[in-house]
Amino acid sequence: MKKKMIFSDFFKNNGVVMGTLLIGLVSFWLIFLIILPQLSMLDYSFRFNLPPAEVGGPKDVYTLSNYEHLIYGSDSTHQTYNTVDLKVFVRTIIAAMLVTIFNIFLCYPLAYFLGQSKGSGFVRLLVVLLIIPYWINEILRAFALRIIFGDSGLLNEALMFLHLTSEPIDFIRQDIALYAGLGYAYILLMLFPMYNVIESLDRNQIEAARDMGASWVHIHRRIVIPHAKPGIVSGATMVFMLSAGALAAPQILGGPSSLWFTQLVYQWFNDSLNWQQGAAYAIVLLASTIIIVLTVMKIFKVNMGDIGK
Amino acid sequence: MSSGVAVDLENITIRFGDFTAVRDANVSINGGDFFSFLGPSGCGKTTILRAVSGFLEPSEGRVLIGGNDMAGIGPNKRPTALIFQNLALFPLMKVWENISFSMEVAGASAAERRKRADELLDMIALGGQGDKLPSELSGGQKQRVAIARALCANPDVLLLDEPLSALDLKLRQHMRTELREIQKRVGITFIYITHDQGEALTMSDNVAVMKAGVIDQIDTGHNIYDDPSTPFVASFVGENNVFRGKVKSISGNEAVVTTNRSGDLLSRITPAQVGNLKVGDDAMMFIRPEALELAPTDADSKTTITANVINEEFEGNSFSVFLEGDGGKMIKMSVPNLGQDHISARGENLSLRYDASNAVTMPAGELASE
Repeated sequence: MKKKMIFSDFFKNNGVVMGTLLIGLVSFWLIFLIILPQLSMLDYSFRFNLPPAEVGGPKDVYTLSNYEHLIYGSDSTHQTYNTVDLKVFVRTIIAAMLVTIFNIFLCYPLAYFLGQSKGSGFVRLLVVLLIIPYWINEILRAFALRIIFGDSGLLNEALMFLHLTSEPIDFIRQDIALYAGLGYAYILLMLFPMYNVIESLDRNQIEAARDMGASWVHIHRRIVIPHAKPGIVSGATMVFMLSAGALAAPQILGGPSSLWFTQLVYQWFNDSLNWQQGAAYAIVLLASTIIIVLTVMKIFKVNMGDIGK
Repeated sequence: MSSGVAVDLENITIRFGDFTAVRDANVSINGGDFFSFLGPSGCGKTTILRAVSGFLEPSEGRVLIGGNDMAGIGPNKRPTALIFQNLALFPLMKVWENISFSMEVAGASAAERRKRADELLDMIALGGQGDKLPSELSGGQKQRVAIARALCANPDVLLLDEPLSALDLKLRQHMRTELREIQKRVGITFIYITHDQGEALTMSDNVAVMKAGVIDQIDTGHNIYDDPSTPFVASFVGENNVFRGKVKSISGNEAVVTTNRSGDLLSRITPAQVGNLKVGDDAMMFIRPEALELAPTDADSKTTITANVINEEFEGNSFSVFLEGDGGKMIKMSVPNLGQDHISARGENLSLRYDASNAVTMPAGELASE
C-alpha cells in the first residue's frame, strides 16, 4: 500500500517519461552492473575449472571443491588444513580491522575539530587540502609512499639525520609501509561521514554539558560519540570493506613474505587462470566482511537506516 | 534548596577583536531576585550572560557571585546553571537522564539519579514521563524539562537565555507565570535574557535595559515603564509617542517644551534627568498611547494636542487611533473598548489631552529602531 503511494507520487513528481527513464536507469545499474556480475561469480565459484571444450558437457556439474580448497588445500583426504591460505585470510581480516580502528582514532579528533569550527574559511581550506592528494591515482600514491618509506627514502633519511637511528629501518619488510598505505588510502571515507555528523551536532549541547560540570571525556562519551555513531559506523564499514578488498597497496607496499587475501584472488584469476577458484575465494571474502560488518552494527546498535542519514 | 546568592558585575567590558559587545556594565543583583536583561538582538545581553556563566571572560572588570570573584573559574565550576535559547536537551538520552545529567557527571548512582529526577519531574508536573525521549514531548514540556535539568544541580543562580522565544504566544504567557512560580518556590537568583518587554515586565523584580552594549537603565519594571531615563528606554519598552522640541521653561521637576508640531506642552522631567535638562536644550517628550484621551473643548492648551486622524483599528479590548504626528511618525492613542462603535472618522481633526504627570521629558537622544 505504502509502496504503491511512493511510486504514484514518484511518477506524479517526475512525469511518466522521466519517471520511467529514471527507474529504468536505476534498475539497469542494480541488475546489470551489480547483481548479475555477482551472481555469475557465485555461479563460477561452484563449478570445476574445465578446459573450454568440456564447458557445458557432462563433467560441468556443481561442486564445493573450490571452497574445500581454501580450507584443506589440494589434500583430497581432508587430513591437513590449507594453513597458508587460511593464515593469509585471517591476517587480512584482522589487519583490515586494525586499519579501521586506527583510522577511527586518527579521524575522530580531526573530524571533531573540523566539524565544530563551523564555517571558518580556514577549515574549508583544510578540507580542500585533504582532498587534493586524492586527485592522484591510487597506484601512484602507493608508489609515492613506497619511496618515502624506502631504505634511502625521506623518512629514513630524516631519522638518520636526527640520529634517531643509525641503520635505515626496513619499513617495507616490517609491514609498516603496508599499514600506513592502507590507512592512508581510505582515510577520507572515514573522515567525511564523521565530519558530517559532528558538524550537525548542536554546539549548545556541548556547552550545556560543560555547564553541568561534565569533563571533556564525559562530554565525548555521552554526547558527541553517541551523536556521531552513525557516521563512525558508516565510515568504519567503508574503510574495513575497502581495506580488506584492497589490492594496489598490498601489491606495492607489502613485504615480500606478506600476502593480502586479495592477492591470492588475483593470482587465481590472473596467474593460474582458475576463475572458479578465484571466485570462491572472493565470495568467501565478501561474505565474511558482510557478516563482520553486520555483527559490529548489531553490537553497537546501529541500523542500516541510521547510516544513510 | 539553596537560597538566593547575589551577583555583581563590576565595570564589565567585553570585546571581540575591535568590536565592543559590552561597555562598562555595572549591575548588582540581589540574592533571590528575578533579574532581566532586556534589549534588542545584538545589544550584548547574551554576552553578559555568557560572562556570568563562565563561557567567556570579560576583557575588563569582575564578575562576583555570592561575593566571590569568578575570574579564571570555568562554567563547570561556577554555581550557575544555564538554560539555552534552544534548550539544548540531549536528544539521545531519556528525559530522566537529561534531568539528572549533572548528577551523572558527579558520579551519583543510577538509583539516586532516578529518584532525584522523579522528584523534579513531579515538581514540573511531568511525573511518569521520565522514560520518554525529549522528542516525544511538546514544546512546553521540553521547556520544563530544561528547567528541571538546570535545577537538578542545585545551582545558586539560574541563567535563562530567551528560553521562551520558541513557544507560541499562549504557551509563552503561561510559561511566564510558571517560571515566576518556580523561581519563588526554589528561591534562587534568576537572571533572564529577553528582547520581549512583556516577559521582562511581568516576571522581573528588576530589569536592565540595554542598547548596543550599554546599560541605559536598571530599575523595577514599573519604574522603567513610567520613568524611562533615556529616549531609547522610553521607545523600546512599550509603545510611546515622541514629541521633539526645545525646552522653553523649567520649574521644579516640570518642563514646558516647545514642540515642533504641537506648540508648547507641559510634562514631567523624567527623574533620572532632573538637573541635566536646561532651558534651550533639545528635548524629547513621551506620552503613552493609553495616557491620551479625547479633550473637552475647554482643555488646557499646554496639555492638548490637535491632529488629523489617519486611521483607526479595532483591537478587541481597545481601539487604536492613529493621528498625523511629528516627522512622519504617527501619534497613537489607545481607547478602551466600552461598547463604542468607533472613536473617530478618517481625516477628522481631533483634540487630545493628557495629564502632565503622565508625560515625561528628557534630553533628546537615539530612539529604538522599529
